[in-house]
Amino acid sequence: MTPPRSGPRPSTPKIASVAIGALALALWPLVTGSFGVDLVTKTMIYAIVALSLELLVGATGLVCFGQAAFFGLAAYAAVRLSPEGAAASLLWLLPVAMGVGAGYALFMGALSLRTKGVYFIMVTLAFAQMAYYVVHDTPLGGGTDGIYLYVKPVVAIGSMLLLDLDKPLPLYYLVLGCLGATFIFLALLLRSRFGRALAGIHVNEQRMRATGFSTYPYKLAAFTISGAIAGLGGVLFAVKDGFVNPELLSWHFSGAVLIMIILGGLGHLRGAVIGAFAFALLQELFKSEAIFGAFAKHWLLGLGMAIIASVALLPRGLIGIGELLTHRLRRTPRVPV
Amino acid sequence: MNEVLLRATDVTRRFGGLVAVDSVSLELQRGAVHAVIGTNGAGKSTLINILSGELAASGGRVELRGTDITGWPQARRARAGVGRSYQRTTIYPTFTVLENCRLAAQARHQRPWAWWADATACTVSVPAARDAAARAGLAQALDQSAGTLSHGQRRQLEIAMCLATAPEVLLLDEPLAGMGAEETERMLALLAELKAGHAIALVEHDMDAVFRIADRITVMVNGAVLASDTPEAVRRNPAVQAAYLGGHE
Amino acid sequence: MDLATFLVQCLNSLQYGLLLFLVASGLTLIFGIMGVINLAHGSFYMIGAYMAYALAPVVNATLGGGFFTTLLVGLVLAIALGYLLEWAFFSFLYEREHLQQVLMTYGLILVFEELRSLVVGDDVHGVSPPDWLAGSIPLGDLMTYPVYRLFISAVCLALAAAMWYVLGRTRLGMTIRAGATNREMVQSLGIDIKFLYRVVFAAGVAIAVLAGMVAAPVSSVYPGMGNQVLIICFVVVVIGGIGSIRGALLAALLIGVVDTFGKVVFPQAAGVLVYVLMALILLWKPDGLFKVGS
Repeated sequence: MTPPRSGPRPSTPKIASVAIGALALALWPLVTGSFGVDLVTKTMIYAIVALSLELLVGATGLVCFGQAAFFGLAAYAAVRLSPEGAAASLLWLLPVAMGVGAGYALFMGALSLRTKGVYFIMVTLAFAQMAYYVVHDTPLGGGTDGIYLYVKPVVAIGSMLLLDLDKPLPLYYLVLGCLGATFIFLALLLRSRFGRALAGIHVNEQRMRATGFSTYPYKLAAFTISGAIAGLGGVLFAVKDGFVNPELLSWHFSGAVLIMIILGGLGHLRGAVIGAFAFALLQELFKSEAIFGAFAKHWLLGLGMAIIASVALLPRGLIGIGELLTHRLRRTPRVPV
Repeated sequence: MNEVLLRATDVTRRFGGLVAVDSVSLELQRGAVHAVIGTNGAGKSTLINILSGELAASGGRVELRGTDITGWPQARRARAGVGRSYQRTTIYPTFTVLENCRLAAQARHQRPWAWWADATACTVSVPAARDAAARAGLAQALDQSAGTLSHGQRRQLEIAMCLATAPEVLLLDEPLAGMGAEETERMLALLAELKAGHAIALVEHDMDAVFRIADRITVMVNGAVLASDTPEAVRRNPAVQAAYLGGHE
Repeated sequence: MDLATFLVQCLNSLQYGLLLFLVASGLTLIFGIMGVINLAHGSFYMIGAYMAYALAPVVNATLGGGFFTTLLVGLVLAIALGYLLEWAFFSFLYEREHLQQVLMTYGLILVFEELRSLVVGDDVHGVSPPDWLAGSIPLGDLMTYPVYRLFISAVCLALAAAMWYVLGRTRLGMTIRAGATNREMVQSLGIDIKFLYRVVFAAGVAIAVLAGMVAAPVSSVYPGMGNQVLIICFVVVVIGGIGSIRGALLAALLIGVVDTFGKVVFPQAAGVLVYVLMALILLWKPDGLFKVGS
């Protein structure tokens, strides 16, 4: 048995797995073509959104069914705020658009955090629908057809161009960098006093209040941070596709993100990333005509059944399988990496 | 020595037509243990909930060191020095004993904006937690997961978490519940030790323990105060004997 | 807006509101009694509408029946479907956390949508009301109002009243409500709680299916209708307040009014208005209009 440490450190296997994953992602473009790069860029963006939801669901216990709203609104903001003919600078576009995501999360949180349990889930879903209808129906959004980002933003300092995001590789590495930064930020956040407070709220909110924590501001802050991170994903997505439409805010996407974190394993940051990749793989699998032929059109059937099966049979997700295999007993407070 | 830390004046709580707490007044003085006894349903726990802020009073006033805190939410009262332990253990079962106490201690030193700083390296909450755990007798179990503790140890942890918040007023709801003789002795010794710096309200059913440790006893029946006096006076009070102490010595 | 148009919109609001209330009641019945949140509840509504479309010719050909026969056949099928689903799927959800229930029933929505797609396709269909209900009654000098819409309101009111009566005034209802609060106690009294839950679930499904069938001539039959009604039902529950039937009725009627008049007065913002209403009410009353159930 290892002697107790002064503080929780993620175990060596965990750090190793994260490092290996990062390395694999960094080397991926070297072994694959444009389809592969495009697919993994998209999946890494999903992973960022999944991480944002993990902060709410896994860490704090707030089951939000409205993540698509923060993602989509930020995407729309990025397109709307970009000047017509010139490339915007990502250095200001990114934080501002993330701010839009955070702002809506603040609004949603302020009104829904007074509710609990299933009602909370319902309220978040409803507020996400509200955002959907705003971009779908009102002139702000541009209607069902969506809007185009004609000139993609660039990462530049002054007149020195650092990254031309019109090309797939720079974008890929930017997204990878953002994923890495998000992961590290959340890992630090969750082991900080703020993160421990969220964990306490998750396990026993009553006790937290009795001890002297005003839990509402903490939850609202978690919401806002989550909205900002989901917004980060949204901006990157808008840059990648050059196009946004209302379906980015559909509750189907909110549901998909929830499934990603359950599939990967709640309570672990790695789980969110693993779940995003697993979900993307499942989607590609069921959509594949090579395997399913004519049924590939009805890939949602397979996906629906896979969702039911995975929630029923793998309540602790894919990471749960890993834990089962290594059969470790936790004794120190877990850093959920 | 006789500084009144917490004062409740005519506190009432109604649930629809039911009056759970009926115009109860009591004082908690520093250096004294004030026991609140009564049969089940007498309103003792409801009273504690009102004092701690979990439940709003329907009427009456609660003052902390002279300040009116009647409208204050629970978290604010806790930060001001009103600590409580629960009748049904409310710990964080998935955390270690140390982390349970540390998180409680963190309430006094929250620093939520320092997102980069490792909480378990906090120079304020960690020592406070170790200290509180040691006082409650859990120094040997710091790294144990709280979910694996025995019942008696959990009650100790309840107290430790209460102590970790550095309260001035301690509201203890049946801390001796389910404890064996040895554990009870240990808890009573701890309470005697804590008496000096704090004002303690103690809801208890264990009459022997109550009469040993209490400086003042309030007897509640049907939400109202039947008697509030020194232990000896309460013991001799015929109304109390009739209503409550009946078969007890 | 003249008086006749106003009256028409009021009646439309009433009809839509009552329909919502009925569907929402089925949802909260299942949630209130068995503690299961069922996202696929909207799918049952959709199934009902598609049944109205698909069954009518079959019933006509085999049984020679018309509208009401189709309704009856649909009802029987719905009860059977509900019974089967509870046994095969939902009975495993009772013990699970809400998040798992949400996701598993979400997966069920996808399954239902695709099965529907495979069986009847993705087209939008119209359904005609039966001839004897297809007429209109005059409203004032210039306007008329479709009888069928009044029929819908009447059916919804009747079903809601029936639910209220059974749950509140009969022995069965009492047993059901007891089973909601204390499952073990009811079981120890010798009542087969599993069967009871199955009955309640089938009833909830039947209500949603029936609502879909009855609404089909007015709302037309299209793929997204289930999800749409589900989310509005959530808004009904949120606005109405936790566990309150009174609240759900008031909320449903409010939404009926806002949505109907909204489409006329603010057509561009019509979709958002209901949610704005919800936001405003939550600002004023964070727990919804009525908190504890009635």
